[in-house]
Amino acid sequence: MAVESVENEFALTGPLDWLLSWARKNSLWPMPLGLSCCAIEMMATIGPRFDLSRFGMEVARFSPRQSDVMIVAGTLTWKMASVARRIYDQMPNPRYVISMGVCASSGGLYRNYAVVQGVDRLIPVDVYTMGCPPRPDTLINALLTLQKKIEAGTTHSDGNPKPALVGLGG
Amino acid sequence: MNEVVLSRLKELASDADATAIDPAADGLPAFRLEREQLLGFMADLRDDPVLCFTMLLDVTALDWMGREPRFEVVYHLYSVKHRQRLRVKTSCTELDARVPSLTGLFPAANFHERETFDMFGVVFDGHPDLRRIMMPDEYEHHPLRKDFPMEGIEPEKVYLMKGGVMMPRPEGAERYPGAGSQVP
Amino acid sequence: MTTQATLSEAADRDLHTELMTLNMGPQHPSTHGVLQIQLTLDGETVVDAEPVLGYLHRGKEKHAEHMPYLQWLPMMDRLDYLAPLQSEIAYSLAVEKLCGIEVPAKAQAIRVVLAECMRLTSHLVWFACSALEIGAVTPFFLAFREREDLFDLLDELTGLRTNQEFIRFGGVKGEIPADLARRLKAWADRFGPCVDEYELLLSGNRIWYDRARGIAVLTTEQAIQLGLTGPNLRASGHPMDLRKDEPYSGYEQYDFDVAVGTVGDVYDRYLVRLEEMRQAARIISQALEGMPEGEHMARDYRYVLPPKDRVYSSMEELIYQFKVVTDMRPPKGEVYQAIEATKGELGIYLVSEGGTSPYRAHIRAPSFVNMMAIKPLCVGRPIADVVAVIGSIDFVMGECDR
Repeated sequence: MAVESVENEFALTGPLDWLLSWARKNSLWPMPLGLSCCAIEMMATIGPRFDLSRFGMEVARFSPRQSDVMIVAGTLTWKMASVARRIYDQMPNPRYVISMGVCASSGGLYRNYAVVQGVDRLIPVDVYTMGCPPRPDTLINALLTLQKKIEAGTTHSDGNPKPALVGLGG
Repeated sequence: MNEVVLSRLKELASDADATAIDPAADGLPAFRLEREQLLGFMADLRDDPVLCFTMLLDVTALDWMGREPRFEVVYHLYSVKHRQRLRVKTSCTELDARVPSLTGLFPAANFHERETFDMFGVVFDGHPDLRRIMMPDEYEHHPLRKDFPMEGIEPEKVYLMKGGVMMPRPEGAERYPGAGSQVP
Repeated sequence: MTTQATLSEAADRDLHTELMTLNMGPQHPSTHGVLQIQLTLDGETVVDAEPVLGYLHRGKEKHAEHMPYLQWLPMMDRLDYLAPLQSEIAYSLAVEKLCGIEVPAKAQAIRVVLAECMRLTSHLVWFACSALEIGAVTPFFLAFREREDLFDLLDELTGLRTNQEFIRFGGVKGEIPADLARRLKAWADRFGPCVDEYELLLSGNRIWYDRARGIAVLTTEQAIQLGLTGPNLRASGHPMDLRKDEPYSGYEQYDFDVAVGTVGDVYDRYLVRLEEMRQAARIISQALEGMPEGEHMARDYRYVLPPKDRVYSSMEELIYQFKVVTDMRPPKGEVYQAIEATKGELGIYLVSEGGTSPYRAHIRAPSFVNMMAIKPLCVGRPIADVVAVIGSIDFVMGECDR
C-alpha cells in the first residue's frame, strides 16, 4: 500500500481488496432512515457545523438502491418494521447499517407494545451508537468506526461481523 | 368565568338533562350527560348565538375498568368568541361501547374519534371512516384498555403476517428478566 | 367537480384513463418524519390524499399509567422533538395546577426564555425543511447555523443539546448563570437581523412567491372547524394566541406582537412564522433583561424536589427527596392545561385518582390536528403542491403519533 507520485500524477498502489475497501469507506453514501428525534441530530450532522461531506458522505440519498450505509435514526415501531426491512432488502451489497441512538439499538426509553426492542431484531447492525439523541460527534465517531471496520473487513457484508458499540469516548 | 356564558350553559344543560360536574382543579365548567342527548347538546352548544362553542379541541376516553359504565368519553370544546373552554363527558358500557359520532357537527372529530376507537374500542356511530389510526389495520387489540399489558400481546404478529423476517439475537446480547413476549 | 369533468371528457373521446394510486411512503425525503400519504391522482391533480399515521406511535399515554409523574417527564421531551422543553412546560403546568403548586417568578421567567428558545428551534427547522422540499437549499444551512449557536448556549445551561430535561414540577432545574444570560441575550438581539436575512432570500423571490402565494388557502371558518390553532389559524386571519388570551407562566408581563395573516395561504403561513421568530427573540431579550430575583424552584416539598445541596446535608430534605421521588401523589382530580406550542395548542389532560401515576394522561397534540388539514388542502391541487402544503402546515410525527 503506497502512494506514489509518477510523473506528477497521483497514483495509489496496493492489494485489490485494500483498494476496494479504501474506495468504499471514503465514499459511503448514507441512507438516512430518519424516524424520530435522532433524525434531527442527523440533519445537524449533515448541517454546516458538523459537516459530513468532509468524509465524502454528503450524498444522502433517500433511495436505498443508491446507498451504502443505512443509518437507522430513531424509534422503530412494529408498524414501521416491515417498511424498514423492505428498505434494507433493497440495498445493494456491500451494505452497512448504523443504529443511531438507544431507541434503534435496544428500544431505548420505550418498553411497550408498539416499539421494536432494537432494530437488530430485523436488520443486522454493524455499529451501535449510544445517546438519546447521540451528539453529532458521536454519529461521526460511529461513521469513522464503520470506516475502520470496512478496512478491516469485519462487517456483516464481509461475512465477519463484529458489531461495535460507539459513544463519545472512542 | 363569564356569567352570561355560565347561565346560558346551565339552561342548555337542563334541556339536555346534563348534570354539572363540580369544578376540577383547572376550573373548567364540565357537564355529564347520557349519550342519547349528546348530539342535541353539542349542536346547541355550537349553534347558540350567545355561546358559540365552535371549536372541538379534543375527544378522548377513560377506561374505568371494574366500574359500570366502563368507558367515559370526554370532549373538550372551545368558544372562540368568549375564549372559554368546556368539558363534556358521556359514558358507555363495555358490552355496548357505542357513542354517537360528532363528525357531522365538527369535522375536527374525525381523527380524534378514530384514535379513541383504536385505543379503547369505543365505536362511534355515524363516523364516515372508522378504522385504526395509530396501530396497524390488522392489529387485534385495544392498547389503552387497563387489561392490556404494557409489553403487548404478540407485538411482532403483524410484522410476521406481512412476511417479515426476524434476525437471531446477536451473541452476547443481554436479556432482561421479565421482558415478556418480546424475548425470543 | 373538475376531475369528473376531465374523466368524462376523456371517456367521450374514447381515451382510457384511470386514477393512479401513488404512495408517498413512510420513508421519504421530507424530513417531517414517518408519514405516509396515499395519493390518488388523475394525471397530476390530486383526487384524494389520505394520511396514514401511527408509524411513530410509541405508547406514551400507556406509559403514563405505569410510571410515576416525574418519571414520565422525559417522555414529554420526545413528543415534539424539535421543541422539547415546551412540552415539559405544558406537563409541569398541568401537574402544578393539579397539586396547587405556585411557581416562583424567577422560574416562570426562565421557563418563558426556554419556551421561546424552543419556538425558535422549531421554526428554524420548519424554515429549513419547508424551503428544502420546495427546492431552496441555502435556508437549510443558514437555519442550522443559528440553531447550532443556540444549542451551544442550551448545552452550556442544561448539559444537553436537545431533549434537555430541564423543567421540574415547581420550577426549573437550575438558574441561568449571569454570564450565560448575557450571551444568550446578545444572541437573541443578534437574531432579529438573521430573520431579515432569511426574508431577503425567500420573501421577494419570484419562485418562492409562485409556489406559495395563493396555494392552499384555508379560511378561518375551515380552520376553526378542523380545530386548527397556532400559526395555521393566525395565518387565516384569526388572532388567537394563548400567550395573550390565557397567559401562563408570566407571559402577561412581556411586550410582544401576535402575527396575523390575511389570506391563509402558504405564503401567509410562512410570513406568520417568520414574524413569530422575531417576536420570540424579542421576548427572550425582555425576559433575560428583567429576570426577577428569587428561587428557581418552589418550596412545596410534598410535590417538589428539594435543593440538592440541602439534600446532601440535611435529614429533612433527604426524607422529602425520597418521598417525592418514590411516592409523590397529587390530589384526586382532573386538569386540562393548554399552552401555545410552536405548532398550535398543546393540551395535557391529566386524570388523577390519588396514585403515584396518572390514571389517564392524554396529550392533545397540535400536529395530530394539523394532519386533518392535509386532505382538504391537497385535493384538487397539482401534486407538486402537496409538498408545499405539508411544509406549510408544519407538523412533527413524534407529537402526532405520541
